[in-house]
Amino acid sequence: MDDLDRRLINRLQLGLPLVRHPWRVLAAELESSSNELLERLHALLADGVLTRFGPMFDIERLGGAFTLAALAVPEERFEEVAEQLQGLPEVAHNYRREHAWNMWFVLGCASEQGIAETLQRIETLTGLPLLNLPKEETYHVGLYFPA
Amino acid sequence: MKPGLSPQQALALRRHLEGGLPLVARPYQALAERINADENQVLEQMRQWSEQGLFRRIGLVLHHRALGFTANAMLVLDVPDALIDEVGQRLGRAPGINLCYQRPRRLPQWRYNLFCMVHGRQREQVEAQIQALLEEHLLSDLPHQLLFSTQVFKQCGGRFAPSRTGAPTHG
Repeated sequence: MDDLDRRLINRLQLGLPLVRHPWRVLAAELESSSNELLERLHALLADGVLTRFGPMFDIERLGGAFTLAALAVPEERFEEVAEQLQGLPEVAHNYRREHAWNMWFVLGCASEQGIAETLQRIETLTGLPLLNLPKEETYHVGLYFPA
Repeated sequence: MKPGLSPQQALALRRHLEGGLPLVARPYQALAERINADENQVLEQMRQWSEQGLFRRIGLVLHHRALGFTANAMLVLDVPDALIDEVGQRLGRAPGINLCYQRPRRLPQWRYNLFCMVHGRQREQVEAQIQALLEEHLLSDLPHQLLFSTQVFKQCGGRFAPSRTGAPTHG
């Protein structure tokens, strides 16, 4: 990854303009060419540095229900429980964190009822009590990673 | 001026966009060809969606670990209910805070009601950054904890019925 890749990633995190020739706009800003930028973007997606390029739909406005949940998993069972969650399509992110509540994951379902059922299924599957921490208020969403 | 897209065309456009924006010089023209419409109709529809908040921007999803952002910390605070909106808005605006949400307490197991995500390249740097931030906002006395992630089992791949195009950042 070179300087142009980094500038392209940083610029694209602010969004591509909704105009007929969006790459010309970016090429002018980044002192490059449309073709060069498109080739760079192809390569970054192919390398896996980027996993998606396109409109970032607000899934909550499209419908669906989400929550953040945590489990306190005994150390000797950690891998086993992680694999159990891996098998559930509703589990989106699963992180190990340094805390007594050591497994943190996001659930995404079509409805609130789906969330309740999935939480119940996880408790039954693992035999562990769950913390269910749905979002009550959003103060800021703005993932930005300077490359 | 041509009328807008038909509901069928709009739905087809959204389905195409779920796969991402075509990587060509005129992406909206390419999309228009696929749904038998013209470029301006597609642009107009997408501007409407954008104004309605259906999507925030045409942007990208980064594999942030591939960029070296391996120190991912969740800062949790126990904020008095009367102050939560003010503190949430202030921390949400602070540089370096990527996400900031209020979530319920679950007493006695869990006392924290404000969640902030901070990503950095080095753990010590993230720790120092958060300490400085709390001091600056006179919040160091609030009960808080910093939960660093040490392993990722599933970064994405969550499936949900309506669409797979968004990333449920943090539930």
